[in-house]
Amino acid sequence: MTLPVQNPRQAPSQKQGELKKGESRQGARLELDGLRRSFGAYNALDGIDLAIEPGEFIALLGPSGCGKSTALNCVAGLLPLTGGEIRLGGQRIDQLEPEKRGFGMVFQSYALFPHMTVRRNVGFGLTMQGIGGAEADKRINDALNLVRLGSQADKLPGQLSGGQQQRVAIARAVVIRPPVVLMDEPLSNLDAKLRLEMRAEIRGIHDQIGSTTIYVTHDQDEALSLADRIVVMSQGRIMQIGTPEDLYQRPVHVEVADFMGFRTRLPGRVLSVSGSEAEIEAAGARLTGTMRQPLKPGDAAILSVRPEDLVAVEDGDGVQVTVSSMEYRGRAFFGMAHGADGSELYFRADHALPRGAAARLQPVAGRALLFKGQAA
Amino acid sequence: MNRPSLRLRLAARGFDATTLLVLPGLAVMLALFVYPFAYGIVDSLMPREGAWYANYTRFFTDRFQFATIGATLWLALPVTIVNMALALPIAFRVRLMSRQRLLTTILVLPITLGTVFVADGLLTFLGPQGWFNRALILVGLLDAPVKLTNNYWGVFASLLITGFPFAFLLTLSYVTGIDPAIEQAAATLGAGPRQRFFRVFLPLLVPGLAVTFCLAFVQAFAVFPSAVLLGAPAGPTRVISIAAYQAAFEQYDHSMGSAIAIIMGLVELVVVVAVLGLRTLFYRGPAGGTKG
Repeated sequence: MTLPVQNPRQAPSQKQGELKKGESRQGARLELDGLRRSFGAYNALDGIDLAIEPGEFIALLGPSGCGKSTALNCVAGLLPLTGGEIRLGGQRIDQLEPEKRGFGMVFQSYALFPHMTVRRNVGFGLTMQGIGGAEADKRINDALNLVRLGSQADKLPGQLSGGQQQRVAIARAVVIRPPVVLMDEPLSNLDAKLRLEMRAEIRGIHDQIGSTTIYVTHDQDEALSLADRIVVMSQGRIMQIGTPEDLYQRPVHVEVADFMGFRTRLPGRVLSVSGSEAEIEAAGARLTGTMRQPLKPGDAAILSVRPEDLVAVEDGDGVQVTVSSMEYRGRAFFGMAHGADGSELYFRADHALPRGAAARLQPVAGRALLFKGQAA
Repeated sequence: MNRPSLRLRLAARGFDATTLLVLPGLAVMLALFVYPFAYGIVDSLMPREGAWYANYTRFFTDRFQFATIGATLWLALPVTIVNMALALPIAFRVRLMSRQRLLTTILVLPITLGTVFVADGLLTFLGPQGWFNRALILVGLLDAPVKLTNNYWGVFASLLITGFPFAFLLTLSYVTGIDPAIEQAAATLGAGPRQRFFRVFLPLLVPGLAVTFCLAFVQAFAVFPSAVLLGAPAGPTRVISIAAYQAAFEQYDHSMGSAIAIIMGLVELVVVVAVLGLRTLFYRGPAGGTKG
């Protein structure tokens, strides 16, 4: 689908769905239709189609440079589109300036106004909407209580910890009752423990305010634990959209699998097919996996398996490897090994294997996935 | 129990071998700044005749002399304000450009020219037969050339050209020091360009602009070559540095020259202290979005 190149700086059409004073569009469906954004010859977004239901929590997941932040900035209006449409409740909004969209946004760097107190930061959006007095005070207090910062209202952002600052940023974004809250890696500047706490809080706040949330992250744990649906992106395209269970158990693409923790990727050739399973020869061994893409004998295939589902066995079939490293992670040992052909394998063992030891690795039955490989 | 050695006790208070690295800088400061300054003060208090304060009474009772303070302020303050009024919007535009370097280089080029070169160029350019007047007469905006040299406006133009790069570079560094996400946050919260400037940028920039103002002002206040070459050094552009020069090198009264230089410094000090004092009314913390 090709669309005319649009430049929002040129005469933005005021007929688009501009937010009127005091109007809220909570409960509106957000549609992204063929979003494209290029920087010179580089396509940061290459046709993004996504319909988001009201109140949904969507995670945009992908490695850095996959276009997820670009997509979020386009939805916010901070980056003009090269092509495509954004509709909210059926009305086009893609030519509107960010200040007219009425979305709340939370930034990785918090982006609080350093010269304003917490209260004035949170109240900024209300002031811009012309809401003041008792109504504003009540909403600011509600928002601060929502993020448990009622007692810090008169401090400056510089006097708060990173986690508190990000909570102020969340309160500031939700106090305007936006139809859509956009979050750009909001937790990546926080330490691991705080990340876990804030994760639960963000989902709790989302459930309380009922806005639609689009959450950009490169952390699959965050996406899996927070989102109703996850959108996995790579190179400006959507690879897969699905519930966390879908993506975790049934990735449709080898790259999605890779991102969902299927760390070992063994290229091979299909020997036989029976039902949904196939046997392939890879790294000098015969291995069985579940087909996620149609395969027939003789096809090139890739076997993907998670470290916890590839175990070191004492005897029997399996890939012959040399152990490169081991680490202890509580209940089990996890290791990295190299096959005879140089491929890297990530596996689990119930005891530590010395570096350089020979081992035999076998996927747990039914847990390895097979994808189409590149024809050699 | 033994007391810790002297070395350890000094180190605990922040004095160790590294402290010695301060000495060369300190020596330079003493020799090139503190000593001449102190010498000047003492010199100014030892007039050729009269009481120790005679130079100062002479200066403030002679209209021809003390009027130079007003003449210099009348040049330096407007020039500084105009320079900053130009630098701020240009810095805001340059901030958004991907190829800043070329434009920045062009804008900063006058720094390298030197005041005498600029003054000489302006004499020709703004003179009665210069391009500026000729072009305006050619397009019909003027009937006769306007006088732009050997008066106030010649000095004004010269100070503008030589002072702008400083004001611009400083302003640009303050403007680009503000996390762009802060502006984006303001935009998503409903603030239009005007509101973003007045409610977010300007309050964060005030401290930096105050410092820029002080530096640009002090530089303009010390004007000398262009006031002589492009101005009317006996009349409206008889600035205070000319008065000091004449006292010291035409009347050979170095004591009076020192006194005028000290007065010059005091006037600058008053303006700088006033501006920096106003600055304390505003937020002065880091302009970044993250914790500092």
